[in-house]
Parts: sequence; structure tokens; C-alpha cells
Amino acid sequence: MTQKNRLQGGQVDTTTTCKFKFDGKSYTAHSGDTLASALLANGVRLMGRSFKYHRPRGVLSAGSEEPNALVELRNGARQEPNTRATTIEMFDGLSANSQNRLGSLRFDLLAINDRFSNFLAAGFYYKTFMWPAAFWEKIYEPIIRKAAGLGSLSLQDDPDVYDKGFLHCDLLIIGAGPAGLMAALTAGRAGANVILADEDFRMGGRLNSETFSIDDAAGADWAAATVAELANLPNVRLMSRTTVIGAFDHGIYGAVERVSDHLPTPEVGKPRQVLWRIYTKQTVLAAGAIERPIAFENNDRPGIMLASSIRSYANRFAVAADQRVAVFTNNDDGHRTAADLHAKGVKISAVVDVRADAPRSHDYEVLHGEVVNTKGRLGLAFAEVKLADGTMRVLECGALGMAGGWNPNVHMTCHQRGRPAWNEDIAAFVPGGALPPGMSVAGAANGAFSTYAALTSGAAAAQKALGLKGRLPATPQAEDAPVNLKPFWYVEGCSRAWLDLQNDVTVKDVKLSHQEGFRSVEHLKRYTTLGMATDQGKTSNMGGLAIMAELAGKAIPEVGTTIFRPPYTPTAIGVLAGRHRGQEFHPKRLTPSHRWAEEQGAVFVEVGNWLRAQWFPRAGETHWRETVDREVLATRKSVGVCDVTTLGKVDVQGADAADFLNKIYCNGFAKLAVGKTRYGLMLREDGIAMDDGTAARLAEDHFVVTTTTANALPVYRHMEFVRQCLFPDMDVQLISTTEAWAQYAVAGPNSRKLLEKIVDQDISNDAFPFMACANITICGGLRARLFRISFSGELAYEIAVPSAYGDALMRRIIEVGAEFDVTPYGTEALGVMRIEKGHAAGNELNGTTTAQNLGMGRMVSKKKDSIGSTLSEREGLNAEGDVRQVGIRPVNPDDPVPAGAHLMNATGPVDAGHDQGYATSACFSPNLGHAIALGFLKDGANRMGEKMRLVSPLTGIDVQVEIVSAHFVDPEGERLRA
Amino acid sequence: MIINHPLLGPRDSAEFTYLGDARLIDRPDWQSQTAARDFYEYGYLRENPAGWHEELWFHEAGDRSWLVVTRNTVTHEISKVEMARDVARKRGRST
Repeated sequence: MTQKNRLQGGQVDTTTTCKFKFDGKSYTAHSGDTLASALLANGVRLMGRSFKYHRPRGVLSAGSEEPNALVELRNGARQEPNTRATTIEMFDGLSANSQNRLGSLRFDLLAINDRFSNFLAAGFYYKTFMWPAAFWEKIYEPIIRKAAGLGSLSLQDDPDVYDKGFLHCDLLIIGAGPAGLMAALTAGRAGANVILADEDFRMGGRLNSETFSIDDAAGADWAAATVAELANLPNVRLMSRTTVIGAFDHGIYGAVERVSDHLPTPEVGKPRQVLWRIYTKQTVLAAGAIERPIAFENNDRPGIMLASSIRSYANRFAVAADQRVAVFTNNDDGHRTAADLHAKGVKISAVVDVRADAPRSHDYEVLHGEVVNTKGRLGLAFAEVKLADGTMRVLECGALGMAGGWNPNVHMTCHQRGRPAWNEDIAAFVPGGALPPGMSVAGAANGAFSTYAALTSGAAAAQKALGLKGRLPATPQAEDAPVNLKPFWYVEGCSRAWLDLQNDVTVKDVKLSHQEGFRSVEHLKRYTTLGMATDQGKTSNMGGLAIMAELAGKAIPEVGTTIFRPPYTPTAIGVLAGRHRGQEFHPKRLTPSHRWAEEQGAVFVEVGNWLRAQWFPRAGETHWRETVDREVLATRKSVGVCDVTTLGKVDVQGADAADFLNKIYCNGFAKLAVGKTRYGLMLREDGIAMDDGTAARLAEDHFVVTTTTANALPVYRHMEFVRQCLFPDMDVQLISTTEAWAQYAVAGPNSRKLLEKIVDQDISNDAFPFMACANITICGGLRARLFRISFSGELAYEIAVPSAYGDALMRRIIEVGAEFDVTPYGTEALGVMRIEKGHAAGNELNGTTTAQNLGMGRMVSKKKDSIGSTLSEREGLNAEGDVRQVGIRPVNPDDPVPAGAHLMNATGPVDAGHDQGYATSACFSPNLGHAIALGFLKDGANRMGEKMRLVSPLTGIDVQVEIVSAHFVDPEGERLRA
Repeated sequence: MIINHPLLGPRDSAEFTYLGDARLIDRPDWQSQTAARDFYEYGYLRENPAGWHEELWFHEAGDRSWLVVTRNTVTHEISKVEMARDVARKRGRST
């Protein structure tokens, strides 16, 4: 296979040949090519279909601004849609497919849309699919969704790894063209810590694409030599293939380094991409400029490109876009394309210049006129030119360069709402308003378009940013041509002339939008979709604005411009997620006896970040309920043990510790005796219950507070707020000790007998009564804490040891408990027992309930100030007939009573207006032999014994229930005091 | 953002959690005649300025200090960072 458009020279390595496939067909290329340059070298101009009309499209640009040549890169799990052919670095074995077509690329069946373009103009969604309304969801939307959307996903997990990293520097330089390189050289030689980032795989920017020389060297060679010098400076970090995607607050920049995108698959141990968070004191933005197209009829055919990109392909990639090239320009820069290609032996059909005073050439024809239309079915064949004298000419050409002037790449200057300012000299927006703090702009990005100006401004920007004294380094000799340009946006009378190639927005659409009253540029954008999608209007916004300004009879700066937000180019979600995916989405917290639980075959459940044993299945058990029922019954009959390490623990110490607890709990703690534990309910300041737990007084000035597992962090944060912000001079210190202690609940009638085999001291009922607590020793001297508290309603204890001993203690409990048939139980059995006992938990403390609702209204002390006490007295929270926590049992013992179902009166309508309450927690009670639930019921305390309906229309549940006390088991609490 | 912690120097804002208006320090007196009204205003009424704002940040992934950060809500510029405890004392919360 020959590369028929390959030229001599350039910066591709012709000694290496890569094989690649596009739409299944094999081609060859060289390393240093992009997919776009390789396809052009092989004479392939047709690379895709447009978004809406499915028009044939080729490549427009040679950079990341590309709107057209989007492909699906790679196959299988690594298939990546909407990848710009202009940024895909060639490697051997590369495979890509065109997208957004039905059938083949040459015969796309959806090209029929182009025939119906009159119906698909701006705003067609809003107009066409209005009626009948019911058609939207079932008919219009599925069809539109199927037709739209460009490339397709692999629908497989991404097999690659993405990383995140942090970098710090004195000066971040964005862009390694002449301005960026000169800035890096100036700063690097001065010893500053410099990061130079460029999205391209080859640094040098336009120097690689132009034929200018710098001093005596070719521009590309000067760039290579400069990069080599910088690479030898230890204080300079060169980051090619790295796109700075956003300028964030306080000198923080996001950057994506494509570590392995240029390889078939990442090397072992290497990530695909890295998201860098760069902290910098100063920034020089040297992002260059992007050439803009000119709108004329049918200006979207494959072969019609930015004139500068035709030059890039020729000079850098040694590729002729076609063997016959024409140029349509409004400025001197367009002529460079003709000159460079002519010098490489490519035939120049003509240069069409809108200016009467255009420079002449001996080598090719220069016409004064405008390109008014083009022809060619799947690619450009002819350009029709209307000369200034009114006569028509037809140019035979396979490539046509559009040179409409250049737009400084101000993107990053807008990330903190900086508004670009209009510069009449270059007819373009330049950085304006307040730039992100610490940012300065150099080179073409600042409107300094000549190479000399870029070099000079780069050096000056670096010097200023670093506060360096002294004279600027001498600027090498370089091209310093002025900008000669006549603003020219579109050809008079054109209609289907494309402004935004990616969204298929034409001059006609902008006119329609204006006609229909959209005057703001933001409205224009949203109505026509101009400037949306993956390229964010890098090549299209300006043309749309200019036409809008003309229609409104205003100057462009009066109309203003839309601004830009991050990311600069499309960024994969994968790199933003980094390693935080799947099981690594958040840290996994394991309790000290986790391994022991694994050995028992425990089934785990995530609670917060913790993994907790949910139940411990035994051989022969076929259903989790069987396991949980066994665990519950065994605990209530003899003794069970449960890992409760995950409950939050806060150590509270200091002379004012009791006073402090009086503030955070609604009930009183001042009089709690040393050696005693008390249940505490915490309110939010608005009077709603926040969390509950226990506080154990181990000494006059020392409490241990427990919180629920899920609220450990927020409660601790709240306690610190109360301590530091509200009572700054209380003598109290807090520390979270959740992970310092492993804690186990030992519950059941034989729990004391079991613990007596471990604990070194007397724990008889007299010596260690209900709610006692103490620092003790166990197993002959190991320090431990013992609390006689009960969540299950049985005689129960919680015993805590330093974390390192958690595993050993669990194993010891099982060992010495064998004679009592000690049964480990999980969170499910824990839940069943607490529902049987009527204890509130997360489902009841759900952010809407007060102490009163929970049946604990009298706990809120009126004799002291505590968080939430004042607002808990509000009328609205104390209305007669408010919901109260109740128990719910089915009248027919076989019926379910699911949580979430609502309570309705036994007779009367079933609707939201007659809602009486709802079930919050439900389980099967193996002790009662039927399902039970806790719930909230209006005036619940006075409705004991009432028969009601528990309904869930969504799931078809409608059962008769009886309202009972929430204390299903041992309502007098005799067991826990035994 | 970077918050210049009075004790620890510049720290990334990702280490902090945000609470809101530093007026939350000024918790009313529960025994005042107007306590109900005062707590209602304290709990529910906030200024929402476009501009300078004193707000509470908690150094949760750090030293667990509550800070009062004076931040411009429009530009994110931070002009002052103080220990919330010192601010609370200045505002008369010493007991």
C-alpha cells in the first residue's frame, strides 16, 4: 500500500512503518504521524459523518480543536468513542472506525437527514416534537436518541488504571510553542521550579508546522534544541502529552497526562492517564491561537480545512492534503500555506483573497474574490469562485484551505470569569478582565502573532512572573510579520454555510435564531447548539458571534462573547475517578476481628466505610433468615457475641466534661455517678433528633461517649463545634477513639457466666449492676473496659480492649463460651433483637423525628440549656396528635409488615390525604413467630390495640395490623437487670 | 482553594469540611425573654452575600480545628483565617 500523498521531510520517522486499520481497511504510516495525517497520506479524506445531517466529513484541523474527524479508537473493552483523529498518535496495530453512520461511511443511510434539513433547523426539537405530547417519550425520543450521539461505548469495564498526582512549582507554563519555550528557558536558567506542559506529543507548537527559522536554525530544530536544554535542567519538568484542563482557585491547575494513550496497551504497572493537581505560584499561559474558518456555501466537504492545518500536515507530517490545493483567505497568513505547499511540489490551484491589495506571487495565481460554493460528492472536487469583477471561475482542487484569521486561545483566562476583550487590529478577542490570580499570557494567546513577538513576550512574562531583575535575554532573530487582515466572516447570500461543523450549525440557523428573537449570545448558543459538544466551539464561536452582531447592527464587542469553563478538551471520566472505582471507591475499614469473622464464613455488609458481619451461615442453612433466626434464638436462650467495634467512640476528658455532655445531650449528665452509664439523646439545634448512644463515666472528669456507626464522624465534628465555637473556655478535650478500641457485645442469660471466665474481677449483679461501667483487666492483666448495657434487651455487656487484642479476645470468648454454646451474631440478628425490644435506630432517627415522636419527649431537660432544647419546644413540633413511635403486628400472623408501608384507618379512603403514619423498621421475630415492625403513627400513644391497614400500593401490600407497644419482648425490662 | 491555617500554614481545602456562616458562633442565651425568637433567627436566617463572608470550616482531615475563614464568595479570595475559638472568645463566649 503506497502513501500517495506522502511528501519529503517533516518530523515523521520514515524509517519506521506502522500498520493501522481504518474501518477494517489496512494502511501504513510512520511514527510521528497522527491518525489524521496518516489517513491523509493514504489519500483518505472521508473520515466521518456529521452529527445531524450525516454529511460526509473529513478533517478540519491538525490539533485538539478538531470538530469533525471523530472516530472510535481501538476495539473491545478499550474502544473509545469521539476520539479526535488529529490527536491520536500513530502506533503499530492501531485500529479505528468511523462513527455516527448507519451502514458504511460512504453510504450512510441517515444521510437522508440532509434532504430534510429544512425540518431540522435551529430549535427543531422545540418546534417539531411538540405535539402530541404523548409521542415524545414513546416515539420521538427513542428515534432521536438512536440517530444522535456520535460514537458508541464498548459497554465493558475499562481495563486500564488511572492515577492521580500532585505537583508544586514556582511557574507553570501552559503550551510549549515559541512563547512557552522561551518562558521556560528564561525561568529555568534563573533556577526557578518550572513545569512546562503541552498537549502535543512533540513540543514546539507552531514552530513544528512552519518553515520559519530562528537565528540560523529551522524553527523545529530550534525548538528541539531548546527542549533538550530544558530537559537537562533539574529544576524544569517537561510534560508533553499533558493537557492543562482548568485553572482553579488559588493557583491550582488540573492537568491530564496521557501516559499510555500512544501505546497499544499500557506497559505493565503504568497507568493509562494521570490527573495532576498542580499547585503553582505563577502561571504563563502560552496556549497559542486557533485559526478560524470562513463560512461559504457547502464549506464542509472533506478536503476543506483550515489553511494552517494544511501547512501543518505538509511541514510537520510530510503529507499533502491533496495533490491540488487552493486557499481562501482574508489575510496574509493564508498565503503561507500556498507558498509552503508550492515549495514542496504541490500544485496550487489558486489563492482566493477577499482583499484587493493581496500580495501577488510568481508561483501561483492569486485571485481577488470569494469562494461561493463547492462541489464533490464524498470530498471536494471543485471550488466555485466569484471574482471581484463578477465573473465566475471554477477551481479544480481536492483540498481548500480556509484562512479567516486567528483567535487567541483565551480559554484558560475565562475559567474564573475573566471576560475577553476585543482587539480591532487582529479582529479577535484577547484575554481581558480579571485573569486567574498569578496568570499572565504570552505569545499568540495574547494576540502577539509573530514568532519574534512570541519569543519576546514569553521571556518577558517569565521574568515578570518570577520578579527577576535585569535585562531580558536577547531574543533570537525570527519572523516578525505584521498582521494584515480584512475581517471577513461569511460570504454574502450563503445559507447552508457551516459555522459549527460538529453540531451542524449553519449561517441560516444563526439568522433564524435572530429572526426568532434570540438576542443574547448565550441564547444563540443554546438555541442553535453553536459551540457545544466536544470541541466547545473552538473553531465556530467567533463566526456565529460576528454574524449575530451584523444582524443586530452592532459591533462584535457590543454583542460580547460566551466564556469558557473547564475542561479545555474532553476529559475521560476514568481519569477523574482515578483509583476510586469499584471496591476502591472509598476506603474499606475492617474491624480487628475481621479475619476471624471471615474464617467463620460471615456474610459482610457495608456500613459507612466499614465491613460488618451481617450473619454467620452454618452448614445446612439454606436461607439467611434461617441463620438469623438461629442467632437470635440462641442469644436470647443462652449467649451470643457481636462485634460492635464500629460504633463511634469519643473520649471526653476535663474538669468540665459533665457540663459539656449536658450541652450536647438533651438529657442530664451532671449527676451521673462515676462507674455508671447513661443513654443519651443528641438533638440538632432545630430540635430534631440527631443521634443517640451512651455515655459512660469512668472518672469524675472522664467520659466515654458512643455514637451510631454511620454518624461517628458528623457527631464528632458537631461536638468539636460545640466545644470550640460555642464554649471555647470549657475545660474539656475530645478525641475520637473509635479505632483504638475493639468492642464486643456479649448478650444473653449466660453472658455473665461467660465473662466471669475472662474478667479478672467480680461482676456479680451486686458488684456490677445494670448500667455499670469500669476500667478493668481481663485474662490476668490486659486492660479493658466493661459496660453493662444492652441493645438486645437481654442481660448483656459490652467489653472493649485495645484494638490489637480484638482478634484474640473474640477467639477467647468463643473458646470459653463453648460450654454455653456461645453464638456469634451479625448486624441482622442485632437488628431483629433491637426491633423486638423497640429500640430506635437510624430508620427512626431519620432526620425528621423529635424526641417527642420517639416517645422520649420527657427526656428533654427543661432545667438546663442543651443544643436543640429551645427550638424543640416550638409549637409545630409539639402539636397534639403528632406521630409517636409504635409497634405494628399483623392480625394474620402469616402477613408481612414491610418497612416503608403506610398506616391507614381500618375504614375510609386509602390515599395520601388520609395517611396515618408509616412503618420504619421491620423484621421477622423468631421469638413471636411472626413479622413485626416499628413505625410512627399519628397520636400513636393513644391508639394501642387499634386495628389498621398497612398499605403499600406500589408493591400491592394491604394487610390488617394491630397497633401495639414497641416493646415486643420483655416490656418490663426484667432480663437486662437480672 | 487553599486555606492558610493559622497553625499549620497553607492547606488544600479538600482537607476541610464546610459548615456555613460564622454567625453560628453567636448562639443566643436560652434564658432570654426572647429566646424562642432569637433561636429561630439563629437557626434559620442567614445572609447570602455576593462578596465577603465569614464562614466556618472544619479541618477534618487535619488537626480538627474549627476556623473562621473570611472569603469572597464571588472571587474565592480569602483575606483572613482565624481560629474559631479565638473568634468565639472575642465575641464574648468565654464563660
